[in-house]
Amino acid sequence: MNNVFVNMPILSVLIWLPILGAVIILAGDSDRDSDGSRSRWIALGVSTVELVLAIALLAAFNPHASGFQFVEIMDWLPAYGVSYHLGIDGISLFFVILTALLTPVVILASWREHRRIRTYMAAFLLMEALTIGMFESLDFLLFYIFFEGVLIPMYLIIGIWGGERRVHAALKFFLFTLAGSLPMLLALVWMWQHAGTTNMVTLAHMPIPASVQDWLFIAFLASFGVKAAVWPMHIWLPEVYGEAPLPGTVMLAAVLSKMGAYGFLRFSLPMLPEASAYFAPLMFVLGVVAVIYISLAALAQRDIKRMVAYSSAAHMGLIVVGIFTLSIVGIEGALFQMVSHGLVIAALFLCIGVLLSRGQSRMLDQLGGLAARMPVFATFLMLFVLANVGLPGTSGFVGEVLVLAGAIKVNFWVALLTGTGMILSVAYMLVLTRRVLFDNARYSSNVATNDLNGREWLMLAPIAVLVLFLGIYPDALTVPFSHAVQTLVHETLAAGRAVPSGRLAMVTR
Amino acid sequence: MINESGMFSLALPIVAIAASALVMLLAGILSKRDHAFAITGAAIFVFAIVGRLVFVAPTGVGFHGMLITNAFTRFADILVLLGAIGALVLSASFNQRVGIARFEYPLLVMFAVIGMLVLIGADNLLSLYVGFEIQSLSLYVLAAVARDNLRSAEAGLKYFVLGALSSGLLLYGISLVYGFAGTLDFAGIARAASGAAGARLGSMVGLVFVLVGLAFKVSAAPFHMWTPDVYEGSPTSVTSFFATAPKVATMALLARVLFVPFGPMLPHWQLLVEIIAALSMIVGAIGAVRQTNIKRLLGYSAVGHMGYALIGIAAGTAAGIRGTLIYIAIYVVMSLGTFGCVTAMSRKGKPVERIEDLAGMAAEDPRYALALAIFMWSMAGIPPLAGFFGKLYVFLAAIHAGLDVLAVIAIATSVIAAFYYLRVIKVMYFDRGAPGFDPRSIGMNVVIYASAIGLVLFIFVPGSVTVASAQAAHVLLGSGF
Repeated sequence: MNNVFVNMPILSVLIWLPILGAVIILAGDSDRDSDGSRSRWIALGVSTVELVLAIALLAAFNPHASGFQFVEIMDWLPAYGVSYHLGIDGISLFFVILTALLTPVVILASWREHRRIRTYMAAFLLMEALTIGMFESLDFLLFYIFFEGVLIPMYLIIGIWGGERRVHAALKFFLFTLAGSLPMLLALVWMWQHAGTTNMVTLAHMPIPASVQDWLFIAFLASFGVKAAVWPMHIWLPEVYGEAPLPGTVMLAAVLSKMGAYGFLRFSLPMLPEASAYFAPLMFVLGVVAVIYISLAALAQRDIKRMVAYSSAAHMGLIVVGIFTLSIVGIEGALFQMVSHGLVIAALFLCIGVLLSRGQSRMLDQLGGLAARMPVFATFLMLFVLANVGLPGTSGFVGEVLVLAGAIKVNFWVALLTGTGMILSVAYMLVLTRRVLFDNARYSSNVATNDLNGREWLMLAPIAVLVLFLGIYPDALTVPFSHAVQTLVHETLAAGRAVPSGRLAMVTR
Repeated sequence: MINESGMFSLALPIVAIAASALVMLLAGILSKRDHAFAITGAAIFVFAIVGRLVFVAPTGVGFHGMLITNAFTRFADILVLLGAIGALVLSASFNQRVGIARFEYPLLVMFAVIGMLVLIGADNLLSLYVGFEIQSLSLYVLAAVARDNLRSAEAGLKYFVLGALSSGLLLYGISLVYGFAGTLDFAGIARAASGAAGARLGSMVGLVFVLVGLAFKVSAAPFHMWTPDVYEGSPTSVTSFFATAPKVATMALLARVLFVPFGPMLPHWQLLVEIIAALSMIVGAIGAVRQTNIKRLLGYSAVGHMGYALIGIAAGTAAGIRGTLIYIAIYVVMSLGTFGCVTAMSRKGKPVERIEDLAGMAAEDPRYALALAIFMWSMAGIPPLAGFFGKLYVFLAAIHAGLDVLAVIAIATSVIAAFYYLRVIKVMYFDRGAPGFDPRSIGMNVVIYASAIGLVLFIFVPGSVTVASAQAAHVLLGSGF
């Protein structure tokens, strides 16, 4: 299988194919596409081909090899040590696949969208390309370009197709993320002139003075923290998630938030090992506060979309805790949780989309009794709710257990408080389920309650199957992870041990 | 020193423009009908030819040390010509529409360009001043070219008064430098500046005045006050010229003056340039936030951009000059495109200038909206557009030179600036409306789409501009130190 790709730059194809699709959609003759069906089918076709390629990538990926695979390298600014450098390892592989999986799903979910459909489809394809490019980059400058470029399509998606306060939300999203990213740009420039290259593999092995590491860590935290919506940098999140159109929210919650967490794994840990160890307690605090405080906030929501949005942010807290345990178990747990959260949160938002498309309200006190009227929908929703709270047998369970196992080795209280947060998530998710599915029907009679149609089955069923499959057979993820995580942890810990003990005073081991 | 016959080949581009401008002037006066359109076309043609002549002319020093040509002046010359060509292309149909299509217009642009080429190549404070005045006088007239229009006349007068003040300051500074250094020659000043302490102190005072005079022209804060008013008051075709060619010429001159004659005094002027850069970025960012007129907005944005470009000069290294040159090159393209979009904003032959007039543009004319959005995102420095690379190179120079505070100010102002650039995009994409603009001329379309495509595709070939600007930077430093 691997031989097929020897002569085919599959990673580049994954980036450029959607861009090509977007250009074709935008350049097309608008008169011949008045109802937008041509744009829809092009977008769906391109994203499906992407998915097939991503699955082929998974099949060709060798989980037992260490280092990066499918590496492509081309001169870009040779005089400055910058190159077009792509490659994937166990850590990035599944985020490429997750993006490729969710893009056709959200395009299906927006099949009924009719406002400026060409711009819409082009924006989603562009976002897919930039996101995949970001996960594949092995050059810091290239990474930054993709990381920041995502703002452009997302700004348009929120601002054009969002809810009532969309303009404000779009601006908030853009400025918060930009303000977070620019410190990273300075950090990038510093590392660039320090090392003479932006090759991420080289940068990961470059010693950086401890005093500078602290500053760089803070710069990275500003950037990745805002993207991943780590408390207290999550304040943009409720409004943006609430106002974005549903497919946009799905991409934001499932994929864009992972960019931040991925950044911690790809940059903060390997490049700034000493600062990571030094700041780990701070990150635990941020993570634990996120889990508990944001869960409580979720409990107080009356709007189901916002409730799921808060739930998403709370789970990001769990991921942050897992990453900064700096242990193999914890990081594998965080990675597992990232994939699982991507699937489950996407599915929950899609379920809300199903309700909205039937004219149902988003308000909890205007919903109810759907279990009897829409049994298939209810089954799906229940499954995803249970996966979200981490019921054994679903993918959510594996991630949580691994993170807690990693955390308890570091500090009992961190594990305990994180676990408490998880219990709170059960509380609000069950409130949601009861109100939507089982309470007396409060909706007015003019809303439709027909059960899922074929298109919606196509959206939700694959995710449901994956959630169950990963819950039953977690090795499907952990085996490909393991090599990359082991390398990461051994390098990080090795560098961390070299630190004078005084600097580790902040760590409560 | 090149012999007498070689001297003119050194000034070939300048001579070519001057000769053809005089011929066209005669033709314009003698003919009964006004051939504004034909003369504009001829001027564009001449500029294009001169763009080639810049490379034909040999490099070296001539006219008894008055004029110099090298890789640096070539780089700046080409940018000036590019800006002038773009502005003329935009002006052709715009001027007809607003009734200022006279043959004097392209001629004044040509005379201004002569001034710019002279001051870029000046190797003596005297030729610098002559070039400066040729440029400025042409620009004063251009600002007031719509003489029946009150705002245009006001802009012309304002520009003239403040410009005359800055010329006075410049001249005073030059006289001080002459008094202490005993020469006007760049190389001579450099020798004096690295010599006795007394001469250095006196030259420093002179340098401050020279710097202030030049800062006026590039509209760097705190000498930027004229910029928004003149941008707003002048006809848009004139503003699009103001925003491009003179900015390049003066910025190039600033770099040459600081690095060649005053190169040895780098530690003395560095802080001064840092302060000007920081102030420009802050004023540009904050001043633009409340603007409703798109030309005023671009005026403040120009102030901010000059601040970013000055970071490179403040760094005081070859990497810094390279950063400034790349920034200016990209800025010229962004400005041309943006002003192309602004000149296209007119209803029933009357120009409209409020940002709200763009409401609903994305639905009505998606290509125009996309192009203007690309310019705005590029000005905000969002990758993968070219504007990002401009910022990247100056940040690289700043961090390398240890100007951390300046870099932090730069990113803070970038976020504020992004706010108002985004507002333009917001109005086009998110607001409802029906702009109903007049159809655009072919020239406008060419400028708009060529700039937009250039800014998008820059990412694929960043090498070429980088190499050219790096060579230019090395030449400058090589002759300075």
